[in-house]
Amino acid sequence: MRSDERTVPSGEHPVRVEEDLLAARHAVRAAAVAAGFTIVDQTKIVTAASELVRNAYIHGGGGTMTVEAARNPAGRLGIRLRVRDEGPGIADVDQAMTDGFSTGAGLGHGLGGTRRLVDEFDLDTAPGRGTTVTVVRWKT
Amino acid sequence: MNTGVPILRLGDILLGGLLSDLDDKTALAFTDELTTRIANEGIRGVIIDISRLEIIDSFVARVLMQLAGIGRLLGTRMIVAGMRPAVALTLTELGLQLTGVRTALNAEQAMELLGWRRPAEEAPHAF
Repeated sequence: MRSDERTVPSGEHPVRVEEDLLAARHAVRAAAVAAGFTIVDQTKIVTAASELVRNAYIHGGGGTMTVEAARNPAGRLGIRLRVRDEGPGIADVDQAMTDGFSTGAGLGHGLGGTRRLVDEFDLDTAPGRGTTVTVVRWKT
Repeated sequence: MNTGVPILRLGDILLGGLLSDLDDKTALAFTDELTTRIANEGIRGVIIDISRLEIIDSFVARVLMQLAGIGRLLGTRMIVAGMRPAVALTLTELGLQLTGVRTALNAEQAMELLGWRRPAEEAPHAF
C-alpha cells in the first residue's frame, strides 16, 4: 500500500436510520478530499454515494457502505464504494437501470444516473439475496 | 414548524437559503413551510438560494421540481439561484435537467428577474 492510499480514510458505515445518509455522504467527501479529488470529482462521487445509500435505505431496508482507496494497474488512485443491503433484491435489473423507472420516492435516475457518475459500476443482486453495488471513481 | 432553514421576507418576496447538509426530512419540511407561507402571506416571488448546497441528488432534484410546480399552481414566481458549477456538471451527468425550474446565477440576479431594481449606480454623491 502506498502512502497516499493510507491517507484516504476507509471504513464501514451503517445505513440504518435517515441520519446515516448524511454521515455516509460526509465519509465519502472526506475520502475524496484526502485522495486529492477535484471539486467536480468530489461532487460526483458524493452524489453517487447519496443515490446508492438512499436506495439501500429505502428499497433495501438498510445495509452498509464501505469506503476504501483503490489503485488501478496504471497506478492511478481512486475511491471504491460498496453499498450492500439485505433487502428483496432487484428482479429486473435492466428495468432498474433505465432512467425514469422508480418504485420509490426518487426520480428513477438513481441507478442509471449513478453509473454515469462513476468509472466502474458493478451490480450484484437477485430476488431474496439483497443487493450489492460496487463503484469506483478514479482521480482525474 | 421549525425546519432549520431560514426564510426571509423582503416585501412580497420570500428568500430561503438551503444549507450544505440538506437531509430528506428537512427538504420536505422546507417545502411544507414555504408552501404555507406563499399561500398565507400573498407572496409574489420566491427565491431559493442553493449556493451552499454541495450536492443535488435525485431526491433533492425532485423536491426542487415539486416546489416549482407548487409555485406555479399558487401563482408565484419561483427561482432557484446560485447552483455551484460542480453541482450543475453532476446533475447533467445524472441526467437531471430540473425541468420546469427557473434558475438564476445568484440571488441578486434572481431578485432582478422578480423586478427588484438596484438604485441607480450613476447617481452622484453629494459632498
